[in-house]
Amino acid sequence: MLKINQLYKSFNNIEVLKGINAEFNPGETSLIIGQSGSGKTVLLKCLLDLYRYDKGDIYYGNQKLNELSENEKMILKSKIGTVFQGSALFDSMNIEENVMLPLKMFTDYPNDEIVDRANVVLKRVNLINVNKKMPSEASGGMQKRVAIARAIVNNPEYLFCDEPNSGLDPKTAIVIDNLIKEITTEYNIITVINSHDMNSVMEIGDKIIFLKDGLKEWEGRKENIFKTDNTAVTDFVYSSNLYRKIRETFNK
Amino acid sequence: MRHLHNIGLYFIMINKMFHKPTKWSVMKQLILKDIEDLVINSLGIIAFVSFFIGGVITIQTALNMENPLLPNYLVGFATRQSIVLEFAPTIISIIMAGKVGSFITSSIGSMRVTEQIDALEVMGVNPLNYLVFPKAVAMLVYPFIISISMFVGVLGGLIACVFGGYSSVDDFIAGVQLDFIPFHMAYSFIKTFIFAFILATIPSFHGYYMKGGALEVGKASTTSFVWTSVSIILINFILTQMLLS
Repeated sequence: MLKINQLYKSFNNIEVLKGINAEFNPGETSLIIGQSGSGKTVLLKCLLDLYRYDKGDIYYGNQKLNELSENEKMILKSKIGTVFQGSALFDSMNIEENVMLPLKMFTDYPNDEIVDRANVVLKRVNLINVNKKMPSEASGGMQKRVAIARAIVNNPEYLFCDEPNSGLDPKTAIVIDNLIKEITTEYNIITVINSHDMNSVMEIGDKIIFLKDGLKEWEGRKENIFKTDNTAVTDFVYSSNLYRKIRETFNK
Repeated sequence: MRHLHNIGLYFIMINKMFHKPTKWSVMKQLILKDIEDLVINSLGIIAFVSFFIGGVITIQTALNMENPLLPNYLVGFATRQSIVLEFAPTIISIIMAGKVGSFITSSIGSMRVTEQIDALEVMGVNPLNYLVFPKAVAMLVYPFIISISMFVGVLGGLIACVFGGYSSVDDFIAGVQLDFIPFHMAYSFIKTFIFAFILATIPSFHGYYMKGGALEVGKASTTSFVWTSVSIILINFILTQMLLS
């Protein structure tokens, strides 16, 4: 279980996170949604220990993140997979080397086994015969899939994705969303996704957390997001013309 | 105040660079790649610059020695002294601050912008050890470039001298061998080792701690060149005072 308790974070005396509480469970895809500037990325970076938070606690299982030693953090990080918004693939390595890096760094497997494992996960994300391509030669969707492969190659317990389908066409975005959902269920991972894409919410969101101005405004299942009377949530959900039209059709 | 903060941060970076070492099998590859990128790939430009500057030093020295009482071999002597003491270790290092320094800053800066450094960090890798340490180790080979620069510089001087008709090959070589003080080589290589460390770490610092986007990567490269050159010149002055006076 991953738990956030009363989390506060500020930059230059401006509070970006104002007492966030949340809980994430294995096998469940949780989406943190909200407008740009709502604090989603800051929350994710606090969870990833890239930002030191001011107050509150983050629990990975029974371990409090800010009380872990450097070595304990290193062990914890080996159980975390991350997909960054821009994929963050290493330019100097080809696709296979990118995927193999976590195994080379943290395991003592022989090279053949590392290559086999990399091929298994690349196949899992539907990437075949692209091992020797450089990231710059891969399309956006392909880069995202490589990033997912790299994130899961170590059999992580936690998977964090920062806007995994940003910049992708709607069809590829759905493919990426479904892939994350499948992997979450298959490996029983705790998956936390930052998104402002309502299609992702409808496709894969088991649990939705809505942030506004650093506050948790709403939390619930995706089925309930259209029924809520929270105006901040409805403003966000129905900001798209498509969803407004769907609502009008259903209300007729 | 900002400069003091940066100096402090630079030394913290140096300290952190040695923490949480990367696995040797991975580190070995990184060091070899950096030797190729930083040292081997610089050989061409260094040889080119050294050859022609060596020639220019010789021509200017010869043209300024109009007194017939001055022996011809002094041209070779002056060329050797200029190249061994200053040109090869210091001026080549400033050229390298432009070539290697901007390469290091822009490559690490781009990694910062595209979240590759964050990706390393969340994997549990110490990015400073992974990115900066291999560069510092690779630059231990840097004195090899400087010795090539010395040789090519003197060779350039010899060719310019002979073909320009300023003195004979024998006179030039006699001048190159005249009053050779081995400590001058030691002085030169002590400087080179220190400059190598500066060349690897100051540009890395500017790349690693940069903030912003692509435009800032360019700005960081420029700043890195300025500060690397300033540091080389200041340390050159201090070392010369300490070792030769």
